[in-house]
Amino acid sequence: MALADARAICPDLATRPADLAREAAALAGLRRWAGRYAPMVATDGVDGLMADISGVPHLFGGESDLRDDLQARLERAGLHASSAIAGTRGAAHALARHGGGIVADGQLAEGIGHLPVTALRVDHDTAEALARVGLARIADLIPLPRAPLARRFGAGLVLRLDQALGAQAEPVAAEPDAPHFGVRMTLPEPIGLQSDVMAGLERLLERLCAKLAQHRMGARRVRLELRRVDRGTAQVEIGLARPMRDPVRIAALFAKGVDEIDSGFGIDGLRLSAPVTEALAPEQIGGQIGGSATIRHEDALADLLSSVGNRIGFDRVLRLLPATSLIPERSFLLAAAAYSAPEPIPHRAGSKRPITLFPPEPVTAASGTPPASFRWRRMRFTTLRATGPERITPEWWFDDPAWRSGLRDYWQIETQEGPRLWLFVTPQATGAQDWFVQGEFA
Amino acid sequence: MRPDLGPATNPTDPLDLRPRRVHEAEGRGRRAFALFQAVRHPGPLVWILPSHIPELPMLRGLPRGVGERLHLFRPVGETDVLWCIEEALRAAPVSLVIAEPEKPLSLTAGRRLQLAAEAGRTTGIMLIRGDAGSNATETRWNCEPMASTAADSTLHRWSLIKNKRGTLGIWTLNWNGTSAAVHMVSEACQRHEPADMAP
Repeated sequence: MALADARAICPDLATRPADLAREAAALAGLRRWAGRYAPMVATDGVDGLMADISGVPHLFGGESDLRDDLQARLERAGLHASSAIAGTRGAAHALARHGGGIVADGQLAEGIGHLPVTALRVDHDTAEALARVGLARIADLIPLPRAPLARRFGAGLVLRLDQALGAQAEPVAAEPDAPHFGVRMTLPEPIGLQSDVMAGLERLLERLCAKLAQHRMGARRVRLELRRVDRGTAQVEIGLARPMRDPVRIAALFAKGVDEIDSGFGIDGLRLSAPVTEALAPEQIGGQIGGSATIRHEDALADLLSSVGNRIGFDRVLRLLPATSLIPERSFLLAAAAYSAPEPIPHRAGSKRPITLFPPEPVTAASGTPPASFRWRRMRFTTLRATGPERITPEWWFDDPAWRSGLRDYWQIETQEGPRLWLFVTPQATGAQDWFVQGEFA
Repeated sequence: MRPDLGPATNPTDPLDLRPRRVHEAEGRGRRAFALFQAVRHPGPLVWILPSHIPELPMLRGLPRGVGERLHLFRPVGETDVLWCIEEALRAAPVSLVIAEPEKPLSLTAGRRLQLAAEAGRTTGIMLIRGDAGSNATETRWNCEPMASTAADSTLHRWSLIKNKRGTLGIWTLNWNGTSAAVHMVSEACQRHEPADMAP
């Protein structure tokens, strides 16, 4: 039913756009939970789960008891789900979407025969073509000869029919769980000394880094949770300037955070996890005697960026990257150094640029074009030489409030007093012509 | 005990900074002086710029080869600025640390930075306001841009006004702000040492 039709029937209908990402996350959570019924659980489309329960039902007292248990638990959680148990994947899929139930062993054809052909996971065109020739139910298809059916409706239909009836094998392909990068340690006696916590952290880090190396990942953030005996928790989290799995270097970054922790009556549990990870191919790691000098240097620089970033924030450790704009403010980017690589700076011909750039500051007492003398920052300047103008037009595809005054004519002004300044004037601005200083040359 | 600073204690070029020490530069041309030194130091550069300072280095105007190597730290507050300077000086791979501390450095802070520079084998330049220098600095430079009569020359007057291990001097030079090449316009115009250094 289209939304407009639904609104016509029920004007007060509340609608919300589908959030596919969160739905998928919820289904993944449900999949983990469904592991209590079967070792192999796979997602089935965007709205279903498929579990291979071979050899499991007797643990729950039979197939019907298992299904009742599943339904009851889902009901208690507030989920309306329909479920089916059948000998093949196709039959279970079909029955679960048309009422649910249990197909007894060896009665697949009878169990799903009354279902419409759309239950067979065939595409819309095939289903319509089948309906046109009067084949509405699965039971209608079963007695038909295979060869004409395949010739007329394609091999896909016959394959789906065989899969539903068990003539063609179709295993439950459970995708592997995403690796979980977390390790924990429970202590028989509470600890309180900083050196003890660091020793425990080193043991955990070794295990975590081994796990990261096994999956060829590197940590970008590492979190240490400490459980105190009075049930309180303390948490230390560090960021890394680049993906890393070297226990010694990560432990060094924790030293300051661990120092600030109040251990209370003692700590009896440690949990270390890497919430953010990135792929990190095996590489020569520096710090060893055999490691080359450049790798050691890069590692040491990354360590510096990590430790500074952890104290003042990673958004304050910056790198200059070139951009393709002609607007002075946007001709370079300030990017976080931890999340960007240095880029070669294209050498551009054209007029000179200042070494420092600042927000435009108006000058006063400017006379003439270019001004023969002006005052700026409470100082009097006399122009010795002026080069320009260089006209820069605003980028009309960005609405930049600073550039609303229209195009700008930039002048390089060498002053009698020494400073070489970058001035501009806005000829399109209404009112008096205003001069601004925006940069200073070497 | 005085640390062994190696053979580079007395640089031959008067504009070379003594390595593994912290220096100071004041005056309007101090940023140009810092960039001139950045060209002469191969390796990663760190510029510590407190977040309230509006003047940013403009990538296209920087001398060739400096922009790629430059890292910009923008800490908030004087304590974090000092901490960043010390941490960057202590890091071995960094070749030059340029910092703009807000307040005059105390003698303790200045001495501590010198120790950090020695430990990390890094050179540092503090860009300070006029008369806000610290006594612990190795050298202090007063840098002023100068007006020039010729059309295509950018003159700088860099005067060494404090030097712990050497003489003072004033140099006027022509540096266009793009490469490492300088043209010395005049040698020191004022004599600070006896005329005959006969042994």
